[in-house]
Amino acid sequence: MTRHLPALIIVIPLLAALFTAGSGWINSKAPFRIAVAALFFSFVCAVLMLIQVVTTGIAMEYRMAGWAGPMGIVYVIDHLSAIVLVVITAVSTLNLVAQKKNIDAEFNDKEGAFNALYVLFTAGLIGMTATGDAFNLYVLLEIVSLSGYALIGLGSRRAPLATLNYLFLGTIGATFYLLGVGYLYIATGTLNMAELATIIPQNMESGVILFAFIICLTGLFVKMAMFPVHGWLPEAYSQATSVSTGLIAPLTTKVTVYIMIRICMTVFTPEYTFGHLDISGFIVLLAIVTIVFGSLSALAQTNVKRMLSYIIIAEVGYMVGGFFLGNRLGISGAILHIINDAAMTLALFLAAGIFIWKTGGESRSDLKGLFAKMPFTMAGFVLAGLSVVGVPPTCGFFSKWYLISGGIQAGNTLFVAALIFSSLVNAVLFFRLFEIAYFEPFADADSHGSNHGSHTHGGALAIKEAPLDMLIPFLIASITLIVLGLYSGTIVTNIIQFAIPTGVI
Amino acid sequence: MKILGKLTILLCGVLLLVFTMEFPDWGDPDSPASTHLSPYFIQHTMEDTAVPNIVTSVLADYRGYDTLFETTVILTAGLACFLLLRIERKKVHHRYYRHEPTGVTLRMEGDKFPRNSAVFQRMDANWVPYDFVISRTCRLIIPFIQIFALYVVAHGHHSPGGGFQGGVLMGASVILFAISHSLRAAIKSFSEKTAALLSVTGVFIYAGTGALCLIFGEVFLNYSALAPLFGSDRVMARSHGILMVEIGVAVAVTAVMIWIYYNLSSAGKQDEGL
Amino acid sequence: MRDSDMESIFALVLAKANYVVYIILMMVGLYAMIVKNNLIKKIVGMSIFQTAIILFYVSIGCKRGATIPILVHHASPEAAAHGAEKIAAHAMEAVDVAHYINPLPHVLMLTAIVVGVATLGVALALAIKVYNTYGTVEEDEINQQLRSG
Repeated sequence: MTRHLPALIIVIPLLAALFTAGSGWINSKAPFRIAVAALFFSFVCAVLMLIQVVTTGIAMEYRMAGWAGPMGIVYVIDHLSAIVLVVITAVSTLNLVAQKKNIDAEFNDKEGAFNALYVLFTAGLIGMTATGDAFNLYVLLEIVSLSGYALIGLGSRRAPLATLNYLFLGTIGATFYLLGVGYLYIATGTLNMAELATIIPQNMESGVILFAFIICLTGLFVKMAMFPVHGWLPEAYSQATSVSTGLIAPLTTKVTVYIMIRICMTVFTPEYTFGHLDISGFIVLLAIVTIVFGSLSALAQTNVKRMLSYIIIAEVGYMVGGFFLGNRLGISGAILHIINDAAMTLALFLAAGIFIWKTGGESRSDLKGLFAKMPFTMAGFVLAGLSVVGVPPTCGFFSKWYLISGGIQAGNTLFVAALIFSSLVNAVLFFRLFEIAYFEPFADADSHGSNHGSHTHGGALAIKEAPLDMLIPFLIASITLIVLGLYSGTIVTNIIQFAIPTGVI
Repeated sequence: MKILGKLTILLCGVLLLVFTMEFPDWGDPDSPASTHLSPYFIQHTMEDTAVPNIVTSVLADYRGYDTLFETTVILTAGLACFLLLRIERKKVHHRYYRHEPTGVTLRMEGDKFPRNSAVFQRMDANWVPYDFVISRTCRLIIPFIQIFALYVVAHGHHSPGGGFQGGVLMGASVILFAISHSLRAAIKSFSEKTAALLSVTGVFIYAGTGALCLIFGEVFLNYSALAPLFGSDRVMARSHGILMVEIGVAVAVTAVMIWIYYNLSSAGKQDEGL
Repeated sequence: MRDSDMESIFALVLAKANYVVYIILMMVGLYAMIVKNNLIKKIVGMSIFQTAIILFYVSIGCKRGATIPILVHHASPEAAAHGAEKIAAHAMEAVDVAHYINPLPHVLMLTAIVVGVATLGVALALAIKVYNTYGTVEEDEINQQLRSG
């Protein structure tokens, strides 16, 4: 049975999405249960595949429809895909379980369609990660995009417009990627990633392949919100519901970074990307601008969700810059940061979801006094904030360390300076939030001295924590940050080490 | 802003044009695209799948996995339009009906309907008088469109056609009915619930066939595993498997086209369309 | 410019005519998406942009003097009744690859067309929601409403 795992991990969610959509017309409780069961099943499959790949050291290959190589579509699970699959399924399951109350509140009579789109989004991400065919990646990218648009479009009053802008830019990005695949097809005649990797080193001088690389990369940059095409992200993420941002924010940009790594490293081999081409310096510069711009813009926001969205943009800059440094430390840092950043963003947005559910407001000042009211939630939020800043032993410190070491080894002091600057700005940002939550009195108990005795409210001193089904997944996510940090070394030596081709120093 | 946009586009266009000088010529039979992979498909389609239409065999067999997700894309679009737009109708307390032969208007309270509903037409604020010539002409044409759609699906192995094309034609016939008569008449004959359930069923037929192959011991979507089910040899099983998934695709595409049309044309309310 | 230069440029453009056409179409679509104010015009521009890519892929598969990728055969009841052996025997007659155009771009573009239609549907649904919220589909009027309201 284990040989069918690469197919099961995506077929089960797909079938479950169909049952969810169908059962939504009959029963209103069934969709959620089917969705959670299916996502948990894929999480188990992903973990099993990771264990198998790590213990045997060989990538799993699965030939869809029985046809090998370039004739058919092949799924390849190697070290890199296996770990990203675990991340995707874990984030998706945790978020769905944690936000059940929000789903009931916001999508009251459309549970079937919502849960089906949620599961289809995750299934698309799983497929994108596992596939070994360049065109199949485009189809799954479009599933992820379309379900993403639907999940984001139902939010606040400004959500449809923000989503429409996201749709335009997302379509441009995906179509550029398709164009790049077309150029590759003209030059080589195949769509299979492994076969492209053997043909491209023989044609390095070709202008067609150069242009294919540039246009693929441009499309992916649009989809991951690099500067200057980042405009869609803050609007879209801040206007959506907390369920949707909890799913989309940790995953979309990180999996797009994974695709970039897959294309630049596995398809266009490292000799071509870092050796033959000379644009790494320019891309690292772009990443530096993204980091600085994201951090400074986050400083200027009063809305908590917009602030977190700009932090996401800065994190994308870390990963892209780290990858294009070209050395083993930098690439390891980028891959480790995919895992860590997904966990951090999930924890941050789950916390934001709890805050919004509790106080009803989204601005910074609504966090007043929450330390006393919700100590466990705030503890988790503090952990997540420290991880973004990069304080040991949280995971954010370790990935930043790899990135900084990579920058020093490559001699790119500007990148190191940008990383340190960004950490300082994040520190200012989060400590300001902690100060508001800790020192300011809770909004309910705004006592004006004279009315103290006649207050009939529940009392500002009573702890009114978030409900358990929201709190426990959130705490699991926060504690994972420390666990990931402590095991960073193990992850790098056992998994990420083998994900990078041996030619890279 | 406009100048910046125009300049960017001009720059992009010139850059792209410059790079096309390296491409193979149009219609060159020796380009890598035409010599590397596709000769295998052209030469082996009959002995592998027994289907002369190479596009169908590549679409549904060699690259059948892609097509499964393409059908899922269209299902996602249907679900997305439903999620974004659908608004439940408020209960009405009275309705107006117009008696066609005499032109008399009746008002019925509660949930009562006129008994001889063939000669009565429902009126409300969204009522638009329908055109006699158009509606009768379309009524004549629609059955032929549907038969042609079924032919396109069934004959996809030997002539241009297949699931997507047939599904769109079938969906178009119902949309034509909705345009020429009224959206309510179309919804009465092909309700939204039917459209939603059929679209899910279509994708389920496709994914289910693949899963069936998994249960029979072969790889996902390897139709030759279904040979004992069809009672034929492995190559013909592939041909029949392709037909099964094409039917699934046709059902899904039909239902989704109609579902999207219902939601878009009535902006979610599904009381009256264009 | 001498006549031979003009002729060689003309020959070059003619040889790559499909690429020139697709680039022009793509730029027209991109122009509409970026510069136009009306949301529906932007959506139409997006559709033109995607159609240009479809045209590009399909034109790659062309071969001079070749026909559509359906093997020339005569449907006969005996062939259908005898199953795979007979059909494989037919297949043994050599199939001339140069006689049929490349089927792979057509397959890929079937997918791309469906994806384009799906994106168009979702975009229109969002445009309807925008219209219901703001009462207009002109982007500058919407921005004005957002700034003031």
